Amino acid sequence: MTHVVVDPVTRIEGHLRIEAEVDGGAVRDAWSSSTMFRGIEIILKGRDPRDAWAFTQRICGVCTTVHAIASIRAVENAIGAAPPPNARLLRNLVIAAQCVQDHVIHFYHLHALDWVDLVSALGADPAKTGALAQSLSDWPLSSARYFAGVRDRLKGLAASGRLGPFANAYWGHPAYRLPPEANLLAVAHYLEALEWQREFIKMHAVLGGKNPHLQSFLVGGMATPVDPDQQASLNAGTIATLHELVAKARDFVTRVYLPDLLAIAAAYKDWAGYGAGVGNYLAYGEYPDDDGPAPALFLPGGVIRGRDLGRVGPVDPERITEQVKHSWYEYADGDDRGLHPARGETRPRYTGPKPPYERLDVAGKYSWLKSPRYGDEPMEVGPLARMLVAYASGHTRVRALVDGALRQLGVGPEALFSTLGRVAARGIETQLIAEKMGDWLDGLAANMAQRDLRIHDNARWEPQTWPRDCTGAGFHEAPRGALGHWVHIHDGAIANYQCIVPSTWNAGPRDAAGRRGPYEAALVGTPVADPAQPLEILRTVHSFDPCMACGVHVVDPERRELAHVRIA
Amino acid sequence: MEGRSWLAGELEARGVSRREFLAFCAATASTLALSRTFVPRIAEAIERGEKPTLVWLEFQDCAGNTESFLRAGRPTVAEIVLDLLSVDYHETLMAAAGHQAEEALARAIRDHQGSYIAVVEGSIPTGADGAYCTIGGRAALDIAREVCGGAAATIAIGTCATFGGLPAAAPNPTGALGVADAVPGLSTLINLSACPANVENLTALVVYHLTFKRWPPLDRYRRPLFAYGVAIHDACERRAHFDAGHYVEAWGDEAHRAGYCLYKMGCKGPVTFQNCPKVRWNEGTNWPIGCGHPCIGCAEPDFWDKMTPFYRHLAGVPGFGLGSDVDRVGALAAAGVGAAFAAHGVVAAAKRWWERKSGGDAA
Repeated sequence: MTHVVVDPVTRIEGHLRIEAEVDGGAVRDAWSSSTMFRGIEIILKGRDPRDAWAFTQRICGVCTTVHAIASIRAVENAIGAAPPPNARLLRNLVIAAQCVQDHVIHFYHLHALDWVDLVSALGADPAKTGALAQSLSDWPLSSARYFAGVRDRLKGLAASGRLGPFANAYWGHPAYRLPPEANLLAVAHYLEALEWQREFIKMHAVLGGKNPHLQSFLVGGMATPVDPDQQASLNAGTIATLHELVAKARDFVTRVYLPDLLAIAAAYKDWAGYGAGVGNYLAYGEYPDDDGPAPALFLPGGVIRGRDLGRVGPVDPERITEQVKHSWYEYADGDDRGLHPARGETRPRYTGPKPPYERLDVAGKYSWLKSPRYGDEPMEVGPLARMLVAYASGHTRVRALVDGALRQLGVGPEALFSTLGRVAARGIETQLIAEKMGDWLDGLAANMAQRDLRIHDNARWEPQTWPRDCTGAGFHEAPRGALGHWVHIHDGAIANYQCIVPSTWNAGPRDAAGRRGPYEAALVGTPVADPAQPLEILRTVHSFDPCMACGVHVVDPERRELAHVRIA
Repeated sequence: MEGRSWLAGELEARGVSRREFLAFCAATASTLALSRTFVPRIAEAIERGEKPTLVWLEFQDCAGNTESFLRAGRPTVAEIVLDLLSVDYHETLMAAAGHQAEEALARAIRDHQGSYIAVVEGSIPTGADGAYCTIGGRAALDIAREVCGGAAATIAIGTCATFGGLPAAAPNPTGALGVADAVPGLSTLINLSACPANVENLTALVVYHLTFKRWPPLDRYRRPLFAYGVAIHDACERRAHFDAGHYVEAWGDEAHRAGYCLYKMGCKGPVTFQNCPKVRWNEGTNWPIGCGHPCIGCAEPDFWDKMTPFYRHLAGVPGFGLGSDVDRVGALAAAGVGAAFAAHGVVAAAKRWWERKSGGDAA
């Protein structure tokens, strides 16, 4: 039995530590620990709820829109604000752009190097790489000369002896399986995607002033004025610019991302047999299609248990709890039962080893993440959960895309419950959303043509118009999964604020009953050829797209002592 | 001339022409507020330069500055310019993980002791014996002391690394500090505040150093004057509306759609010093005020406490002489005398007033 520690887990957002027991060439047990804590919900107490989106937005700069969206929805739900149709469309576009850009960056820049051996690409034949590229897609950058240029650039880097961010990795590991030409193709697209993301995300600059940390969110609407007759507003020119950015994104996703994904997946089909995890999936649903209190959603919400695609249950937020048995917090009535976020409490209580340390005490508390549970069960959230819920709910386009990918890989739907399934679902979702964005742009243009220029519910802006005491919840599907914010407002100020975040669902530690969280469960059984180079552990963990700064949060500022945490 | 041939090869491989490269250098000169006569000098310095080693540390961060860094680009060239650095450690980007990642860091700072550049993103917690942020089992403060202590220069990027930022907002649950306070006595520390910092300013800072072999003049918060020397209000494209008393009164009203001044909606531009109006964001695409939302003052110390509530307008912009009675400005403007209030020296007064206020609040 070898004890493997991966800390830091790199190519993620934030600080994640994995400890694992490896025996007989596979992971026998695993523990997921988040090693950073800020206490943003404590900081929110007493502040103006209209400011909360900017605070929570800074939970994460990678998924830079998601906590702003969840926050304004939670506050609107509490105070009874009703954003007009243009605000809904603007938000859908902001959310969709985040999803598409984030997924592409994850695939190429955070995940690809688990499957692609950069050093092997040095030995690739550019002509054969060109032929491979042309067999996969009609993307124009596919000449031998182009790939020779990329290869020579890598060679220059290698010859200089300064590999920079590519130094000291697991190159040459036996688990890398792609031929040199496929590696070179993927590295070329890694570089292209770096350019692409920078260009595409200008969509956020148009809609939100800047990226990261867009600045156009408002409780009750959006700050981006729309007016076909004003230069300072979104107008016909900006709509055309946005259409162009969307078209380019669709093009890149269809002709580069998905062909690459399917080609790489075809070489690693055995990874459809690893990394299944807890087998329960939760999605809140996203992209409202109308403006009522319970709008129709483009992507449905639902709960799937025990990998049963024959039954999708409805989501009941009352069944959500968080546990702290193995988290560095304590509950007043003991750590053995979970608490609903609206009634939750958190007191940070670090009981781990004093840094610097070698090992965590995994029998006790071992993470700054809590353990969220739905109906007492661990749930996986994210693109796979969303695509499974949509697939099982009969979403026509999702069914077509999923079935098409499965057919091309020659596998059945059971392959989806895996490390590879997560990777595939993320790509499929990117395609789906990139296809859909144009509709919301058209909707915005149609409203402008009708001179519906409303972007905000001014009637609920001033705190005097709010109930003296109110609570609300805001739900959102972030790129990494189901996200919920809960807020309690009293006398116009935040009395309590809580978030349950995708990476908390996925990366949380064991619960009081000893059940593993989704990362931990997915790692069990993952093969490890060389415990000194645990590449395969990275594959399964990265397939969830960890976002640790998001995951750690603190609930219940109602306990005043929280404000007086002892500073050593 | 090995450096030149290396860059020439890189440029060629990336399909970047000499002309585009010079255009980048010109844009950088512009960000730095230098004359165009510096363009050849910047280009030459970049071409000749050895690759300096850079290590990028992330502590109590959201990776927003890393994401900002990824948006670098005067079409394709900025990436190359950043390639001029050997980025030997950056958790979000690097291929290596775990022990191998820590080994890369140890090697970088050992082999380039005293000559590497350290970038710090995120605040540094001092509570719970360092347990609020550990990497590889080591406390952030411990890592920062070692890495920044051996660097030729440290760049604190973003408001968290500069001033403590969001984690340090009241009641600062983790005892979070910016680099200047967590690791006092660093000989060369440059702060790039803002949430996040604009990558244009990081690029310009690095190019400045490569060109002149020294760091630029700094303000009292150790921020480069080229980026933090002018108030947003003074460079704002909507300034004429402020002077004329044309204000947005409600989100989506006619004034908002016409791009009038956001002062009454809470804009902190008069007390915020950054070059957003000039360089804008995402390669000049837009900026928050251009998108209809007020400035939230994100480059200033303690902005999460001192600039909030974000939507309450400043009590009065000093030098303006009108106190909080903004409505009167509108009335005066309507009467045709608004131009008389377009006072010079507003910024200097605002800065003095703000510093007085900051000092008072800190006490």
